[in-house]
Amino acid sequence: MTDTSPDTTAGAPAIRRLSVRKHLGFMIGAGILGAIVLVAVFAPLIAPHDPYAQELALRLKPPFWHDGAEPGYLLGTDALGRDYLSRMIYGARISVALSFGAILISGLIGITLGMVAGYFGGWVDTAISALITTRLSLPVVLVALAIVSIVGGSLTVVLLVIGLLLWDQFAVVARTATMKLRNAEYVASAQAMGASRFHILTAELLPNISAPLIVVATVEMANAVLIEAALSFLGLGVQAPLPSWGLMLSEGKNFMFFSPWVITLPGLCLFFLTLSINLLGDGLRDILGARR
Amino acid sequence: MLGFLFRRSLLALFVVFAISVITFVLSHVAVDPATGIAGDSATDADLAAIRVQYGFDQPLMTQYAGYLADLARGDLGRSYLSGEPVGQIIAERVPATALLACLSLLFALGIAIPLGVLAALHANSWLDRMALTLAVVGQAVPNFWAGLLLILLFGIKLGWLPISGSDSLAHFILPAITLGSFAMPALMRLVRAGMIEVLEADYIRTARAMGLGEGQILFKYALRNAVLPVISLTAVQFGFMLGGSIVVESIFAVQGVGYLAWQSMSRSDMPVIQAIVLLISMIYILLTLFADLANAALDPRIRSKA
Repeated sequence: MTDTSPDTTAGAPAIRRLSVRKHLGFMIGAGILGAIVLVAVFAPLIAPHDPYAQELALRLKPPFWHDGAEPGYLLGTDALGRDYLSRMIYGARISVALSFGAILISGLIGITLGMVAGYFGGWVDTAISALITTRLSLPVVLVALAIVSIVGGSLTVVLLVIGLLLWDQFAVVARTATMKLRNAEYVASAQAMGASRFHILTAELLPNISAPLIVVATVEMANAVLIEAALSFLGLGVQAPLPSWGLMLSEGKNFMFFSPWVITLPGLCLFFLTLSINLLGDGLRDILGARR
Repeated sequence: MLGFLFRRSLLALFVVFAISVITFVLSHVAVDPATGIAGDSATDADLAAIRVQYGFDQPLMTQYAGYLADLARGDLGRSYLSGEPVGQIIAERVPATALLACLSLLFALGIAIPLGVLAALHANSWLDRMALTLAVVGQAVPNFWAGLLLILLFGIKLGWLPISGSDSLAHFILPAITLGSFAMPALMRLVRAGMIEVLEADYIRTARAMGLGEGQILFKYALRNAVLPVISLTAVQFGFMLGGSIVVESIFAVQGVGYLAWQSMSRSDMPVIQAIVLLISMIYILLTLFADLANAALDPRIRSKA
């Protein structure tokens, strides 16, 4: 976004930008998230084994710090003798792709609805607000599970369902922010110059309401990660043999009494991914001054 | 206030209607309900007979009207699997979920309020920072993973608590901690923020200047005002818990509505799924309505907006 229209958010951007490097939480979050994204992108280069290759002679081998660890299998193996480290590395791809994909869908829906409602007002706003309230009244996990159980679980279905469900906060925030700005001088001048409504919404308003929307995006990304993991954990999400971290927890829970690492390790991955996104979001909220 | 109540209630009614349409369409269009009843091994003749018997051959609008009429009489249909009335099946499971949700809330508030107050009283101290760290960490732990870890620690390693079923109160301790720890961080942050704001208010300063004891100021004036916004968030969090109970109940095999939902989904028992989604959505709507009304009662500015 290289928009040069005047920034109406109060405060001095130059001072805020300085504080990015000094915000510890933001730096930690960005660091962890960056590392996980890199692992996801370069998974085929990093993973020591094929994440789907089964070696039944090497079932449930422990990680290297336990006795009886198998050389070459740093974090041990699962119940089918698949290399756990490689599966966790490939699992990052699913979580990362899914969370980015889901917020792209939900962001597009929510921001469009919210901006249209906020800009046009009147009955358009009433109708869209009713739609938002309906969505807010749906228990997300339950509805997502119900739909996936009806349609059948797969990565695409899970991505679509989560994307189609998590747009509510985008819409709420975009609506309020657009309402505040729709009478701003630069919007009026664009109207006077004969700019189309589409141009005003996308080129004039959107860049100026993007700060709180970016914060919403981080919250929803973390939600998407957790919902996918919960669906897959309940056996209704991503299907085997894909190495989703939630599915690995589900497969591991029958063996956790004797091989606890099969649940601690993928859970730690989920924890660090969610934590990093949350820290990044909290940091951005402080840095962008996007308090809601 | 009455106008606000009326508008919000009208909206709530619309939302219930919209959700009943969504669940109906999902369970009648996305899948073939006849196959759900007869099973995968049924012949085409069986399926045709079932379609006529259950009225699935009728136009969708007619079916929906019939469904609404049944719903109005309190008839939620019958389970495809057991043939028992759905209302009865769900009613049997409500006590366990209600108990779990209440205990979870108790746990969440029991930690959030004292910790939030302490953190606010000692803002920016090590205690405050620890509380905030706990909130950040707690929000990032997937609750099903927390459940599994609690089972490993307290169920297996220490052997203190039962890990599966819902026979006694002890069975509810681990599930309640799992579910409650998810709601705790948001509540704690709100208590802390509210307390910090209230403690700086003029009437607290006045109370201090008049020589009232710190304990009296804290409990009689500050906490009471700081806790007001927490009430509406608690209502919303209670709704989240009902939704989240499906995961937690499945882990601990608590015989509640959430576990029933999961079992029904695994076996495509549509009428039960449909009824549970509708029921929980309705509770959700009531809780949100309550939260909005509570907020409106506290803040007159909100009343004119909605």
